[in-house]
Amino acid sequence: MQTITIERNFQSWRDAARSQLQLATSPDDVFWDDGTAEGGLFSAMETVPILVGEPREVRLPRDFVDLAKWVACHVDQDRWSLLYRIAWRIAINDERHLLNLETDNDVRRVYAMAKEIRRDRHKMTAFVRFRKTGINPENDREQFVAWFEPDNFIVELTAPFFKNRFTSMDWSILTPDCCAHWDGKNLSFTPGISKHEAPQTEDALDNYWRSYYSHIFNPARLKLNAMRAEMPVKYWKNLPEASLIAELTKKASLRMTDMIDAGVNESRAHVREKIPAGVPIFETHENRDPIEVLAQADSLSLKEIVDFGSTCQACGICENATQPVFGEGPEDADIMIIGEQPGDMEDITGRPFIGPAGKLLDDALELAGLNRSKIYVTNSVKGFKWKSTQQGRKRRLHDTANRGEVTKCKPWLLTELLKVQPRKIILLGATASKALLGNEFKITDQRGVLSNSPIAEKVVATIHPSSLLRIQDESAKQIETGRFISDLKLAKD
Amino acid sequence: MDLQKKLEILADAAKYDASCASSGTTKRDSSNAPSTGLGSSGGAGICHSYTPDGRCVSLLKILMTNACIYDCHYCINRRSSDSQRARFTVDEVVSLTLEFYKRNYIEGLFLSSGIIRDPDFTMERVVEVARKLREDHDFRGYIHLKTIPEASQEIIEQAGRYADRISINVELPNQEALDKLAPEKNIERTQQAMGGIRYKIEEDKDRRKTKSKQHAPPVPAKQLPQKLRPYSPAGQSTQMIIGADDSNDQAILQQSNRLYSSYQLRRVYYSAFSPIPDASPILPLKAPPLVREHRLYQADWLLRFYGYSVDEIVPHHAPDLDLEADPKLGWALRNRHAFPIDLNRASKEWLVRVPGLGTRTVGRLLNIRRYTGIRLVDLQKLRVSLKKVLPFIITSDHTPTRHGLDSDQLRARMITPAKPEQLELFLPPVTDRLAKICAVTGQL
Repeated sequence: MQTITIERNFQSWRDAARSQLQLATSPDDVFWDDGTAEGGLFSAMETVPILVGEPREVRLPRDFVDLAKWVACHVDQDRWSLLYRIAWRIAINDERHLLNLETDNDVRRVYAMAKEIRRDRHKMTAFVRFRKTGINPENDREQFVAWFEPDNFIVELTAPFFKNRFTSMDWSILTPDCCAHWDGKNLSFTPGISKHEAPQTEDALDNYWRSYYSHIFNPARLKLNAMRAEMPVKYWKNLPEASLIAELTKKASLRMTDMIDAGVNESRAHVREKIPAGVPIFETHENRDPIEVLAQADSLSLKEIVDFGSTCQACGICENATQPVFGEGPEDADIMIIGEQPGDMEDITGRPFIGPAGKLLDDALELAGLNRSKIYVTNSVKGFKWKSTQQGRKRRLHDTANRGEVTKCKPWLLTELLKVQPRKIILLGATASKALLGNEFKITDQRGVLSNSPIAEKVVATIHPSSLLRIQDESAKQIETGRFISDLKLAKD
Repeated sequence: MDLQKKLEILADAAKYDASCASSGTTKRDSSNAPSTGLGSSGGAGICHSYTPDGRCVSLLKILMTNACIYDCHYCINRRSSDSQRARFTVDEVVSLTLEFYKRNYIEGLFLSSGIIRDPDFTMERVVEVARKLREDHDFRGYIHLKTIPEASQEIIEQAGRYADRISINVELPNQEALDKLAPEKNIERTQQAMGGIRYKIEEDKDRRKTKSKQHAPPVPAKQLPQKLRPYSPAGQSTQMIIGADDSNDQAILQQSNRLYSSYQLRRVYYSAFSPIPDASPILPLKAPPLVREHRLYQADWLLRFYGYSVDEIVPHHAPDLDLEADPKLGWALRNRHAFPIDLNRASKEWLVRVPGLGTRTVGRLLNIRRYTGIRLVDLQKLRVSLKKVLPFIITSDHTPTRHGLDSDQLRARMITPAKPEQLELFLPPVTDRLAKICAVTGQL
């Protein structure tokens, strides 16, 4: 057994531990003395290590070093020997995966210590209270001081947090173990002091803070255990607001019963009739059957039709959507493009074809020599039908509308067709084609210009651009995109 | 009225908003601006204090004014309430925030407002506070701005440029409930505003991604001029009031799922309605039990991190959460055929469905089982409650009996009777009065 004398900091332990590991010294043969242990218990047994062969190369994983830096701040006397034992097991005993084994006793202990340091540090960032002491006459910087009592040796570990946050103030944090000081240029440390040596300053803002604390508290819901779990009583002595806790808790019951005894305010009942200016009025359009709207389409403007559509409940899809998405484009457009249904981006913006498939459509139209701003672009179904992703972050997955839903929504599409009366129609994908041309229509077989369609002078049926997004193979994708553009060109003249 | 009195009134008016988070924003500090900058944020939030209601104090949570032209029944600030009104100036809020921040009382500001004159006028004043903090005082702490959905897109856009988080409260799960309790609110308008905010956040993320690809090295966020600052980097959140109307838990969770999926919200907060002074006659006098709020938070976690669907948590035949059993145990008891689960073989998706195993424990188990078989003693070392997990799991040294798993007694054995909150020290001896309070607060 030998005693290794180190300073009470990580670097000193690391240097000493590295030399010992190079000698492959067993953890059972060393005693670590950082000057705080009581009486050199083992000093009498000190022996000179016997060097066997050349010093060996020692490598320790990065996550162990990071962990050790934190654990080194712990007050537990055993931390140095625990860290050395783990380092020895990893480097000499070849237990490379040791830190993954959280059921190992050493690993559990070292993680528990690291957790205590993390918590202690976190509570220090939370519960330090600065009091203003004055202004530095030389440079006008405000000066603050705080007294704090952490459980472990964490002042040097935590001080950079305060430096980076309160860079523009001069401050000192005084603790029994170590004091930190910042003057705008240097972060320095001095030995700890006792509480009665710390300046007893008053800060007028503490009264405002106490006012805030007592008024943000909701007396209707006492949960004292939850408070004590997160703000342990040991911190209360240095928190200006903690002196209020007893009184607030005691009065809470009285405030509650007073509230109940007072009962409701019958004299000032809800005054719906006297609505002040500035309150937004939401015009709620009565819920109209789309077939009825279609019948009156001649006497309604497109804007009025869209307004009626905003409250439609015919198929139920819109109950889960943000808003129904109607067509966009000139009312006297020559060409109308009809897709399937709005997607995620269309739903939140209220505009058709602006998501990934919309971008693809825009590019294809440009390559086909067509100008989107002159085309009326819409969908067969006005609401976004979706289901949630099950794993991972919640997102919306497109869900195809069924035949019943398409049929219920169809009058809206017919109304748009009636109002715009396009000479040419481009149908994108199966849903749009089947909605207008019947359920037997097969896009794979009947793609291209359709002869003698009753719905417009010229009707072109093609694929939906979203199907291009799903093609993995790059060359197949190019071929299909080319075919899509050729189809669009068919609507040019 | 002096500032301290205003602070009291406007903190009182703000306390019914549950959100106080200060986490998840961009990492920044003031180390590169030694003469002017104040503050830092990013990473985990810091709770600077806790009040006896068990809630944390992280932000200075106040209202610009508690005068309001809306008349929402559940709200202490509604226009038909008798409560005393006050109004901060922009500079008063700015200076309170800075002075509180310098004393390390807070992480930043959570500013909301009653609606005066009209939504845009109100929002402009809220945004002006944030602008002054950021531009005139180089404040780098956290700012959360409550947004009014009826305000114009432009002003909401500005709010997002200065704030770390913006939020709009849906308050109630559907329009029928709003019509009854908050007649001036329209759920579709709210959802459109949330959609608009999501669109801005994502557009801004894309822009910054391509920007940083074009110009290497990327400019640190803190040096960016206002236009280029990230848009609401800590996302958006919302709040629903529980128990003011008769919506069941299924309706509430379906709305949460819709909001999370559609608008990528970071959080939905559930706030059990609590009695307010000068209450409206159409509200229930009795608050819902606080445990219902707790169960909703547990269910919310299952939705977001454990891969459960709403139907699994609250099936059609039981649309309200079980107040005695947590929702994960509830699912396990309804789906006993899926158990026992072998901890040494099952996939992560199944491990997280074992009552008593959280995602962190499951992560540890997956790590450990790469090197060694899992035994009961290992679970003990990871501080897993064996009582909770034993009937549902298989380990190298344990297999539960089918009989135990199918037993009628299983539910009774699994639920622990709720303990009364320790009110020792502070409260007068138990009297009728206390019983009355417990009845009202619903505290167990």
